[in-house]
Amino acid sequence: MDYTVIFDNLPLYLEGLWVTIQLVVIALVSGFGLAVPLSLMAVSKNSFLRYPAKAYIYFFRGTPLLVQMFLLYYGMSQFEAIRESVLWILFREAYWCAIIAFALNTAGYTAEILRGAIEQTPFGEVEASRACGMSKTIMFRRIILPGSFRRALPAYGNEVIFMLHGSALAGVITIVDLFGAAKIVNSRYFVPFESYITAGFFYLSCTFCLIWFFKWVEKHWYVHLRPRTS
Amino acid sequence: MAFPSPSRNSGMFDLHGYFPMILEGMVLTVEVALISLLIAVILGFFGAIAKLSKSRIARSTATVYTTLIRGIPDLVLMTIIFYGGQIQVNNIGDSLGWDYIDISPFVAGTLTIGFIFGAYMTETFRGGILAVSSSEIEAALAFGMPSWKVFLRITLPLMVRHALPGFGNNWMVLAKTTALVSVIGLHDMLYNAGVAGGATRQPFTFFLVVALMYLCITGISDLGLRWANRRYSVGVRKV
Repeated sequence: MDYTVIFDNLPLYLEGLWVTIQLVVIALVSGFGLAVPLSLMAVSKNSFLRYPAKAYIYFFRGTPLLVQMFLLYYGMSQFEAIRESVLWILFREAYWCAIIAFALNTAGYTAEILRGAIEQTPFGEVEASRACGMSKTIMFRRIILPGSFRRALPAYGNEVIFMLHGSALAGVITIVDLFGAAKIVNSRYFVPFESYITAGFFYLSCTFCLIWFFKWVEKHWYVHLRPRTS
Repeated sequence: MAFPSPSRNSGMFDLHGYFPMILEGMVLTVEVALISLLIAVILGFFGAIAKLSKSRIARSTATVYTTLIRGIPDLVLMTIIFYGGQIQVNNIGDSLGWDYIDISPFVAGTLTIGFIFGAYMTETFRGGILAVSSSEIEAALAFGMPSWKVFLRITLPLMVRHALPGFGNNWMVLAKTTALVSVIGLHDMLYNAGVAGGATRQPFTFFLVVALMYLCITGISDLGLRWANRRYSVGVRKV
């Protein structure tokens, strides 16, 4: 065991950590933005809206993230139309391919979580908002979606942690994230155990931070459910 | 094996005779998935018993196991076990005077996936055991069954119903995680698709085929799990 190499390369790991954070945050934010309309489509009564959303969710939840990433990173070069279009600026770079793959993937999972939460809306809430004369848009914006976000929170916390873990796949396609940094350290000094354990330790710390953060948010959002202290 | 040259005229869905190779990879993928599922179930079973036991050492060992495993990405764990485990085995082997022991990617892959999902199974089984109503156990004890018999005859069959949905979820995630073994050089379906895609310059086509294969695996599992769920919930009244 030789950890001096690890300490010498700590800046590399920290840079990797920064890239990992970028990947996860950008993917989560854009994935969430995509998931909200998708989940609304998935609960819609119109089958032209519902089936495409269901198919999207089925595809992205049914196939491995690694395959989805390869489809974008290696697969897109197969089409001349894409290679000659503006999109090639994105698909040429491993970084953007990974982000797009992660965002599409987490959108699928998040949409499914939100769909479940929307369907669990107590019917009394819908009735009450109708009785108040709300239009459908206002009802979704003010009653159904806020309540669903709250119901979806525990499951979404898990999804965020899965996204953090999934982001390690970016290291496979040449990106120097935490896992990529470990790969570089290993190939330079041949210290496989120490280098990967260090990356694992960083991921573990991030996971604990996320768990702690979601506990805090849950405490904040579930105030009305807390047992009364008298 | 003959490598057919890519022809410009053929359409996007021409597989150039590489389909058998993908199928071979699929067989390996299913093998990895099933063997690691077996390891995961065994580990999960003992993990759940340890978590619910009275011994503090057993409980804290199981907690450390599930927390560590669920906190580190599967890919990182796999490389730790595959690359790092190899060196550790060599070090131990050197000091004991063994011959060189080679950890194959297959062993490392299945062990890691089994080890990871053992942690998830532990939580699922623990929840299932806790969900068995205590009056059933009391009744069994009143009949004079020793505690191991209560566990085997009452708790175990009854916990299946509660653990089944979680088990199904774990299996689905496990099946998709098998794609990672291609990273440590196992010639599974994804690896073979990469080779075929490179040779024919049709990577999208071949990765899409792999994606569809995975959809088949998850789709068939979904049907099977639904059937099992119905079968184990026969005694439950539907509302």
